[in-house]
Amino acid sequence: MTPFLQMTGISKTFPGVKALDGVTLELQAGEVHVLAGENGAGKSTLMKIMTGVLQADPGGSIRIEGREVDIRDPVHARALGISIIYQELSVVNNLTVAENIFLAREPRNAFGLLDRPRMVAEARRALAELEVDIDPGARVGTLSIGQRQLVEIARAISYRSRLIIMDEPTASLSHHEAQVLMKLVRKLAAQGIGIVYISHKLEEIFEIADRISVLRDGRSVGTHPAAEMNRDRLVREMVNRDFGALFGTHVSHATDEVLLSVRNLSEKRPGSRGTRVRDISFDLRRGEILGFFGLVGAGRTEVMEMIFGNRPATGEIRIAGRPVRIANPSDAIAEGLGFVTENRQELGLVLGMTVRENFSLTHLADYCSLDVVSRPRETAACVDYIRALGIKTPSPEQKVLNLSGGNQQKVVIAKWVARKPRILIVDEPTRGIDIGAKAEVHALLNRLASEGISIIVVSSDLPEVLAISDRVIVLKEGRISGELARDAATQERVMLAATG
Amino acid sequence: MSLADNTPAPRGLSGSMGKLAKLRHAREFNVLIALVIMGGAISLFTPYFLTVDNLMGVSRAFSLTAIMAIGMVMVIITGGIDLSVGSAMGLAGLVTALCFDAGFGQTTAVAAGLAVGAVFGLVNGMLITAIGLPPFIATLGTLSIGRGLMYMITHGVPLTPSTPDSFALLGQGYVVPVPLPVVILLVLMVVFSLIMIHTRFGRHIYATGGNENAARLSGVKTQRVKLAVYMLSSLISSLAGVIAFSRYLSAEPASGFGSELDVIAAAAIGGASLSGGIGSVTGAVMGAALIGEIANGVVLLNINTYAQQAITGGVILIAVSLDVLRNRLKGGR
Repeated sequence: MTPFLQMTGISKTFPGVKALDGVTLELQAGEVHVLAGENGAGKSTLMKIMTGVLQADPGGSIRIEGREVDIRDPVHARALGISIIYQELSVVNNLTVAENIFLAREPRNAFGLLDRPRMVAEARRALAELEVDIDPGARVGTLSIGQRQLVEIARAISYRSRLIIMDEPTASLSHHEAQVLMKLVRKLAAQGIGIVYISHKLEEIFEIADRISVLRDGRSVGTHPAAEMNRDRLVREMVNRDFGALFGTHVSHATDEVLLSVRNLSEKRPGSRGTRVRDISFDLRRGEILGFFGLVGAGRTEVMEMIFGNRPATGEIRIAGRPVRIANPSDAIAEGLGFVTENRQELGLVLGMTVRENFSLTHLADYCSLDVVSRPRETAACVDYIRALGIKTPSPEQKVLNLSGGNQQKVVIAKWVARKPRILIVDEPTRGIDIGAKAEVHALLNRLASEGISIIVVSSDLPEVLAISDRVIVLKEGRISGELARDAATQERVMLAATG
Repeated sequence: MSLADNTPAPRGLSGSMGKLAKLRHAREFNVLIALVIMGGAISLFTPYFLTVDNLMGVSRAFSLTAIMAIGMVMVIITGGIDLSVGSAMGLAGLVTALCFDAGFGQTTAVAAGLAVGAVFGLVNGMLITAIGLPPFIATLGTLSIGRGLMYMITHGVPLTPSTPDSFALLGQGYVVPVPLPVVILLVLMVVFSLIMIHTRFGRHIYATGGNENAARLSGVKTQRVKLAVYMLSSLISSLAGVIAFSRYLSAEPASGFGSELDVIAAAAIGGASLSGGIGSVTGAVMGAALIGEIANGVVLLNINTYAQQAITGGVILIAVSLDVLRNRLKGGR
């Protein structure tokens, strides 16, 4: 039988990175095909090519029902029957369910006006087809995340999609909502719609998959019927790679002295979305690098924001044995904490400011007398750090928005290191930077630890967490689901604790 | 990208500090050029424009707008807006007049006028930081309240109390040949320029507007910074109100009415970005000067005075459009 979609020899090169290298993927109509792989393996690039957001490098071929096609853009992809449901939902919260389903292709009546009755009726039909009980007139903002996802699926179906790609659809769903969704996925497949299902949750993968394809470092590892796979084999296929060579051997600088002690930290207000983080307790020792791992939505960043006073929380935090009250980031900084945030462009940097101005923002008082900044002292310190960290910038007066991602990240690290924190939290320190810069960042964190700074590394990059941590704490659905000493922390064990 | 970059990336190491420092002031420089060209054009038609008398008169006329623009531009750089400056100005003048009317001395009267500014600033600042209202709405509300209070107090009739001669100096005096309000403007301009460029407070103002989240996570007390700029804006406006009253010795119920638009325009012409993070005190003052020059030119050239507003509007659009186009041409990202 001719597969619905056949991709062969798909490559995609970005400046400096080969994201995909000769990937092959085949999808039958009516199958649930799980695409597995670590972060950075190339799954999202492949999806973007399938949906016309990106164009593959010349040389590969994409066939739909045997016919060679060139997917030009998302609208073209939709016309070819390919829809995608993104992890970040793309519904408009202040429009109704029906308005969302028919967004940008609203039915119109003879006068050219909006044909609301028809729109509502057709939306109701689409929802009924899914056997979901959602009022087409309800505003999407009032629905739960799970329901919003169903609205997106209804929209995809109303396009008469033949192939629906779902990117971690259950990442932010409750267990029950996830069950509803999975049942729906099976039903769609039974109707002959092909599903590409991306998930990190092993349990879920084996529950839903007909076939599983694994990507690793931009290459196809293989496609197997789900029945022939098991967890261990899947994890091995996903993570097997040689890491030690580039990143050197690990030396622990952890002491026995507990510097930070967190007890029963819980989010104060249950968020309207995502998992509520609760009962987080752990100790961090002086000079220790403590890894925090968890899947998307496990609450890693939330925990760090709570410790740093940027998210309301209850519980107890002690630093060097003394209870501290941290109500906002300024309090946290005064207690000797630093936070290299996950999203450097949104949270880490003032893009329109220079390297010097961003660098000194955390500790400007160091260069001030009576609130007046000494520019020479500020510049001298900045130049020192530019050298020490190897930040590639023509001058301290360069605006950070003109720097590359890796160099921007180093500026964020520099501004915190210069503050001389006792505890440094780094959230996804190497996301979006190339492997060379990654190794440099790791070496830097190690050096800081050797100077007695305690470091928490949050990362969704499992090999990274294992490579640099003295100890790993695993989060799952807002709780700590495992704690592993370095020797005990294998990829398989950590992954099991995160998905288990 | 909202954080428009107005200085080109230096190519290589030749982008030395001095050169960059100059480029940074490129926008102010543009306004300065516009001032000179416009002045030259006007004096082609009338030699009177370039006399000391006229230039001093023009300066005095735009000095109040320019003074208020100093406060406004700081608010705008944090990413906010203060629509209540005209009401703060008017009400401050009126309260000063009421104090004289009630027989208080000039120190008390001036202090009472400035206190009006402090109250305006505190209310604006608290509405914006403690309650979290958008600055546009918060200051729109206080604008209306202030204006309403003025009409309630005056019943629409100007108040002209007797005042000591020394008080009138504030608005009418000279440091020969420069009118006192212009001297006050220059002093404020220098002081606040230095604050914006050389102090931690100034840096925090730019950082708050450039990226509030990043600034807060870096330890900047962004709420406190915002409260401070709204306080400053209202205080400076109330000072303008006291000067205005001293100048005319009559508190008009409509004093300061609509002036927020000129003040915002001055800041925008001077290169401030309404999305925050970008702008300068000197730019805003020069923006006010340009608006004042247009007004003067319209009078001198006998153009229909109703056309003045239209011309000012055109200048704002041209000035800001040129800025935007220049940035787009430069590419960036």
